[in-house]
Amino acid sequence: MKLVVAIIRPERLTAVLEQLYRADVRGLTVSKVQGHGGETEHVETYRGVTVKMDLQAKVRLEIGVSEPFVQPTIDAIVAGARTGDVGDGKIFVMPVERVVRIRTGETDSSAVTPIAAS
Amino acid sequence: MTPALALFYGGLVRAKSILNTMMMSLVAVGVVGLLWALLGYSLAFGTGGTLLGDLSFALMNGIGLELREGGTIPNLLFFAYQGTFAIITAALISGAIVERMRFSAYVLFLGAWTLLVYSPVAHWVWGGGWMGKLGILDFAGGTVVHITAGTAAWVAALMVGPRRDYGRQAFLPHNVPMMLTGAALLWFGWVGFNGGSALAVNGTAVQATVNTILAPFAAMAMWMALEYWRTGRATAVGAGTALVVGLVAITPACGFVSPRAALAIGALTAIPCHLVILYRVRTRLDDSLDVLGAHGTGGAVGALLTGVFTSTAWGGPAGLLEGAPMQLGLQALGVAVAAAWTAVATWAILFVIGKVVPLRVTARDEAAGVDVGEHGEEGYTDGEGAILVLESVTPALAPTATHPIVTTPLARSA
Repeated sequence: MKLVVAIIRPERLTAVLEQLYRADVRGLTVSKVQGHGGETEHVETYRGVTVKMDLQAKVRLEIGVSEPFVQPTIDAIVAGARTGDVGDGKIFVMPVERVVRIRTGETDSSAVTPIAAS
Repeated sequence: MTPALALFYGGLVRAKSILNTMMMSLVAVGVVGLLWALLGYSLAFGTGGTLLGDLSFALMNGIGLELREGGTIPNLLFFAYQGTFAIITAALISGAIVERMRFSAYVLFLGAWTLLVYSPVAHWVWGGGWMGKLGILDFAGGTVVHITAGTAAWVAALMVGPRRDYGRQAFLPHNVPMMLTGAALLWFGWVGFNGGSALAVNGTAVQATVNTILAPFAAMAMWMALEYWRTGRATAVGAGTALVVGLVAITPACGFVSPRAALAIGALTAIPCHLVILYRVRTRLDDSLDVLGAHGTGGAVGALLTGVFTSTAWGGPAGLLEGAPMQLGLQALGVAVAAAWTAVATWAILFVIGKVVPLRVTARDEAAGVDVGEHGEEGYTDGEGAILVLESVTPALAPTATHPIVTTPLARSA
């Protein structure tokens, strides 16, 4: 089992969600975050005062997957999020010690396996 | 009313587009208002011929405190009051092209459209032109304002093209309370808009004012009934839209029909508008805020119903219900000609502007939001991570070759 954490551009979220859906990856958490990864600063102007926005809006996805789904998940995120410019984001893959599905008490792989529609 | 429209439209778009959307209404106050003073009013209300006014009032020449011929109000007041019509008509069109049209192209469009479409049509109906002489009725702008705006919106949406991800992603209104506030303020302003079209404080003004209050009641009731019937829920966005539809519907008729007819016009017009809006989202026409559905359809149906309900007892000529079907024919002629001229002229204006300035923002700006791309501002920012840049920038913050400060960083590639 792995936890795939991806930081992406907010405007690519729809495309990433669609790719994940096509790859049959279900179950994820999305948060709005701020940060920067070395891309050019962007500048805004409020009534003549220039402001440099050091932190940029990003979206963080957290997806717990079983081993066979790790690579498809990564591929789907890359396919949906890439624009080719600086600031497209990163994907971190982390080992997971335990997973518990709260509703049933199932653990580990069965806990990250999508439930059939019930 | 135009600042109210900015709230109405602003609430209906996504958070990343609110400033650009509100600016599209606000800039009409400046650009159209200025052109109206310089030239537009004269083209609409200068004597001229039956097709267009003249330059007799250009640059506000000869518009003063003397009373308007045959009336009780000064020319200067009439000029300013008519200016508000010109401004909101142009601003209404923006609802069709929000979230992707380039601001500079839009401003050029507004100016050209006001002089080439709005002023001539206003002259035809109100300025001594052929529609008025034929007896085509439009008390406060069903044809002049709503049919022209709705038709132009339709053409502009086709020419600018649908938003990125249209038909795939649902574009949700980001602030419905703001949209409802705008609708309420529009209603408030509309009472003056229609009541004032009597150009006097008299019985007609009372009639127009009350009719303008009544029609949205019926439109809202009909709209909510349709929504209940279809989905089992009455929505806030639907109720706000219905208010505006009721106002649009009664505008051409309000000084010619009875209050009871105003209720009928509001209720009847809600039905086709509701259907057009339901159908539109299933097409490739991204008329984003349904200007065609609410204003074009509402204006056309209202103009036709004016021919049905106009009553000799309430200040109009006889209509269909009083045994004069000819009036309905005249109204249909007015709708058809105004829509046809607007469609052709709007297409031509956008075609020419498109040769000078791209009509659309870059794909990147559209994705990240037109607010940052076009204006360099965000509607909602918590300011986290914002560093003030003054003249004496410390070296650590100064732009460098690898990290230059660029004013439109998101536009660097499409």
